[in-house]
Amino acid sequence: MLDTSATGLVQVEEDTRILPPNLIVTSLDKIVNWGRLSSIWPMTFGLACCAIEMMAVGASHYDFDRFGVIFRGSPRQSDCVIIAGTVTKKMVPVIRRVYDQMPEPRYVIAVGSCACTGGIFRTYSTVQGAGTFLPVDVYVPGCPPRPETFLEGVMLLQEKIRKEQARWSPWR
Amino acid sequence: MIKMEEPEKIFETRELNVNMGPQHPATHGVLRVVLDLDGETIVRLTPYVGYLHRGLEKLGESLSYFQALPLTDRMDYVSAMSNNIGYCVAVEKLCGIEAPPRAKFIRTIVGELSRISNHLLWLATHALDIGAMTVFLYCFREREWILDLFEMVSGARLTITYPRIGGVRNDISQEFIDSTVKFLEEFPSRILEYETLIDQNRIWLQRTVGIGVISAEEAINWGMTGPTLRGSGIPYDIRKYMPYDAYDQVEFEVPIGTAGDTYDRYRCRMLELRQSIKIIKQCLDKLPEGPVMADEPKFVLPPKDKMLPITHPTDMAYFIIEKACKGCGMCLRACPAKAITGEKKKPHVIDQSLCLQCSTCFTTCKFKSMTVVPGGKGLSDEKLAELAVPPEQLPEDIKEAQQNLIRQFDFIKKGPRVPEGDVYVATEVPKGELGFYFVSDGSSKPYRMRLRSPSFIHAGCLSRLSIGHLVADVIANIGTIDIVLGECDR
Repeated sequence: MLDTSATGLVQVEEDTRILPPNLIVTSLDKIVNWGRLSSIWPMTFGLACCAIEMMAVGASHYDFDRFGVIFRGSPRQSDCVIIAGTVTKKMVPVIRRVYDQMPEPRYVIAVGSCACTGGIFRTYSTVQGAGTFLPVDVYVPGCPPRPETFLEGVMLLQEKIRKEQARWSPWR
Repeated sequence: MIKMEEPEKIFETRELNVNMGPQHPATHGVLRVVLDLDGETIVRLTPYVGYLHRGLEKLGESLSYFQALPLTDRMDYVSAMSNNIGYCVAVEKLCGIEAPPRAKFIRTIVGELSRISNHLLWLATHALDIGAMTVFLYCFREREWILDLFEMVSGARLTITYPRIGGVRNDISQEFIDSTVKFLEEFPSRILEYETLIDQNRIWLQRTVGIGVISAEEAINWGMTGPTLRGSGIPYDIRKYMPYDAYDQVEFEVPIGTAGDTYDRYRCRMLELRQSIKIIKQCLDKLPEGPVMADEPKFVLPPKDKMLPITHPTDMAYFIIEKACKGCGMCLRACPAKAITGEKKKPHVIDQSLCLQCSTCFTTCKFKSMTVVPGGKGLSDEKLAELAVPPEQLPEDIKEAQQNLIRQFDFIKKGPRVPEGDVYVATEVPKGELGFYFVSDGSSKPYRMRLRSPSFIHAGCLSRLSIGHLVADVIANIGTIDIVLGECDR
């Protein structure tokens, strides 16, 4: 089954090829993951109350920059979107479009009860959780979450990125 | 051949249509603005709102007056406390009750702290949008200080829900008063710090002076309120002209501007910060003693220390403490279910399988040997002895405590019955006039709940302020009207 082409890929089934397991790739994984997790650049995208808390985390007291998190104004420059606040039905196409504009690898953090489950707004105009239309990586509960919780959410995402493998990652 | 005499005919010009938002770093949330540009000059500006419409008014109609209170701090989340106070004042007027004096003063203190925190966030974002990054970091430093004060008084940072219908949730501690005094001593020097950075800064002056000019007459016609109106020279402040809470007992000035441009509105807010300090200082000096909740059993939840310490009446069990029971036989004779057994002068025992939880034994016992076990239904006697609340922790007046528990249960499940009628109450939140309009049909839920939010009206003025200016000035104008989309879209 070995593919002898220049790429060195192994064909496991029809139309599916993977990298052969070897030492170089695992070490590469580590360095790539380290690079990705140490510079998560989220987009400046505030929706509601949690965005104010997101600003507080980004400002002088809690200081997101310690984690390598720097807010970017454009989806083209960022690799993470923080859904901070209530997602309304009118907002969904906008969020989806912004997400699609982001280059891969891209991650989603849903912050706050509203973004997680809809929260107290069980109404006609509110989407019951960002997970219904986006692949959410980390859910941060709270209404709004404290800045410490916010920071933990980012740390959890870093842990998740640390465990990624180039062989099986969706971002191959 | 091209004739050079008529260049207009050769080069056709047309307006450029630019969409700004809802994802834009400087639109303060999810405001969407569509601009028609002639070169760089704005010809037409259309604000689109509704990207944060959560159905707050409709949701408020399906909840009782108690339950709708937390919705108000999600409305204007930058100054949540002021919104809570506005809601409570409106419902109090509808019910015909009044908060006790101490609660009024506490509300005024926290309301003004909320105003300071709102203006700090406004200054931070306004300056950041225009290009002054340092001011952003400085303002958030002091804002965290105020949020710590809020946390000290209520346990929450941003969405506080501290005021209640008929008062405030709990009394403030001496620690809070001391910390507030310390903050008030320090804060004026911090205001000077911000002003040193931007007050005479050439870039700041060029971006704000003469931008978004609106005359006093026009500002009134557009329905502007708050500092946005006062920048045009109208000293209209609800705290002064229709005082609520303790504003009629404190002295303060209403700062006004003259030119009605972005710079004057900025100056107004900076002067308001100083007035807020003055108000809080006076309130702390005059703070009266007394209760913090009105004594209105029909509309106010019973105090927690005068209530049985159980969560649900049907889950509890009664229990006789062996050491305290004198064996007088009072409960034995009183028990309608004959669940209590025991000999004279020896501790009695309740047969839990026969007990009806009628509390007759509990009220007849004179030696404080009876107690309750929260969630103790169906447990063994050993387990009950372990979980039982010590009788000294029970409230003094047992009968009142039982009634209070029933009342609390009724309140939480059904809500208080509010008299029929309608009421409109306006309060001065940091952004302007926040009005609550309720129509009550006599039930525990409002028939109609309507909000007059300053942000919505100010967002409408955006086109008037921006037309004729350059495209970069839209950012300055969005900043100067101080909108929050949660309140605008509701």
